[in-house]
Amino acid sequence: MQTATPHASVRWRYIKQHLFFAVVRLSAALIALALGGLLVYIFLHGREAISWSFLTLPPTDSMTKGGIMPAIIGTFYLTLGAIAVALPLGIMSAIYLSEYARQGPVVRIIRIGVNCLAGVPSIVFGLFGLGLFVVFLQFGSCILSGALTLGVLILPTIIGASEEALKAVPQTFREASLALGVSKWQTIFRIVLPNALPGILTGSILGIGRAAGETAPIMFTAAAFYTVKLPSSIFDEVMALPFHIYVLATAGTHIEATRPIQYGTVLVLVALVLGVDLIAILIRSYIRKRKRW
Amino acid sequence: MEDKVIIRTKNVNFFYGGFKALTDISMDFQSRHVTALIGPSGCGKSTLLRLLNRMNDLIDGTRVEGQVLFEGVDIYDPKVDPVDIRRRIGMVFQKPNPFPKSIFNNITYGPKLAGMTRRSDLEELTEWSLKQAVLWDEVKDILGQSAMMLSGGQQQRLCIARALAMKPDVLLMDEPTSALDPISTAKIEELIQDLKKQYTIIIVTHNMQQAARVSDKTGFFYLGKLIEYDETETIFTRPHVRQTEDYITGRFG
Repeated sequence: MQTATPHASVRWRYIKQHLFFAVVRLSAALIALALGGLLVYIFLHGREAISWSFLTLPPTDSMTKGGIMPAIIGTFYLTLGAIAVALPLGIMSAIYLSEYARQGPVVRIIRIGVNCLAGVPSIVFGLFGLGLFVVFLQFGSCILSGALTLGVLILPTIIGASEEALKAVPQTFREASLALGVSKWQTIFRIVLPNALPGILTGSILGIGRAAGETAPIMFTAAAFYTVKLPSSIFDEVMALPFHIYVLATAGTHIEATRPIQYGTVLVLVALVLGVDLIAILIRSYIRKRKRW
Repeated sequence: MEDKVIIRTKNVNFFYGGFKALTDISMDFQSRHVTALIGPSGCGKSTLLRLLNRMNDLIDGTRVEGQVLFEGVDIYDPKVDPVDIRRRIGMVFQKPNPFPKSIFNNITYGPKLAGMTRRSDLEELTEWSLKQAVLWDEVKDILGQSAMMLSGGQQQRLCIARALAMKPDVLLMDEPTSALDPISTAKIEELIQDLKKQYTIIIVTHNMQQAARVSDKTGFFYLGKLIEYDETETIFTRPHVRQTEDYITGRFG
């Protein structure tokens, strides 16, 4: 045990350090608190509305009673469609940008374009989808138009994450493969892509969450105000959870009466997004465990 | 056939953008010999090595002048596919770089993509390559385990086995022991002595004793030029150029 008392400046340094750690810790706690608070609030208000029939029945009595089953189905299809559109396209673009394209002004412009796309307000995507898919290509307001619009919306997220993931694969793997007389595209598909997959899936997780939760892009392109019938093809209009919440909370004739249903729907939407995230996280950790370097 | 030349460079210049990394390199590499390339960092020896199987192609903005003849064919001829060249001229890198796959899949990765599909052929080849790289006895019972579990020295011998599985004619080694401990280094050097009976080996090394121990011929590089190229014994006992003598005796400066 040292008996010498610490010099004043040393003590001040300790105090400063503790102060800084306290601030950092507080910030993290605040974030956790905000998220936790939100979830708890939604859970407490929404749980009364949740029942088996709420999840499995369509709305009735001008949407003041009944369930939200068509909206769950609709959101599921739209999200799945958006991922099916954006994931292959996004990964291919990222491969081009990071593996094939000669780094120069053209690639820089494309990259800036992708980043700008990520910052465009979602309502703009909605109008874009309306103009291109619904009107010009005459798909009408349907799952296809909505999925394509959401796909375009999450494309920048997926491209960005995929590019980062591809860049994180050590250059030595590429060299080792090429030096064995393996062609460039085989190297990409056999070595680079499998090792980048966990990172790519992380990006997709964010994309899935965003696609499921967005209202504006599907307002004009896919979402029905009210329909009991379930979609029989990709050219059918569907109800969707976020739009349903929006409708109940603003446009209905019984806004106060449907509060519990609104909270219930929000809870279902949040649970759905978290559930999808969880699946993606599980897949990712499984792949990570298998591929370690 | 003893002194057959397998690779010949003729007046090769090499540029990274505007920087000239190699100047007028003309060199003959003899079949089934070990040739060492030595010289201080940045002298161009690794650049020359990577030029011999077109690995420098991967770097944007590089340019080659002159000819690199492999068995009389210019490998920089536009009609030549670098993939074919790399199948016949294998490479081992400075840091062991096994794939995050099993030992078996590391060895069979290249041959599979080159068209070998029968399981029994692949198993035979795996045993053969690992024996050539003197690794078989250590790993024969754990072929299904990840190559990342092996020690650094074992990983490097695995990388040599992986290169040999392609049945190349030439093996390029870029400071293959610089990341390894002395015991692993000794094993690799012993291995090089064995391998030169069947393969042409060109090795870049910073370790002068290593060059003296393993090579038949040695080339000394300085500032992108080949200063002296001769029998290893001559280079290390009676060099003709003052710069070479200064470098190998450690009086460089």
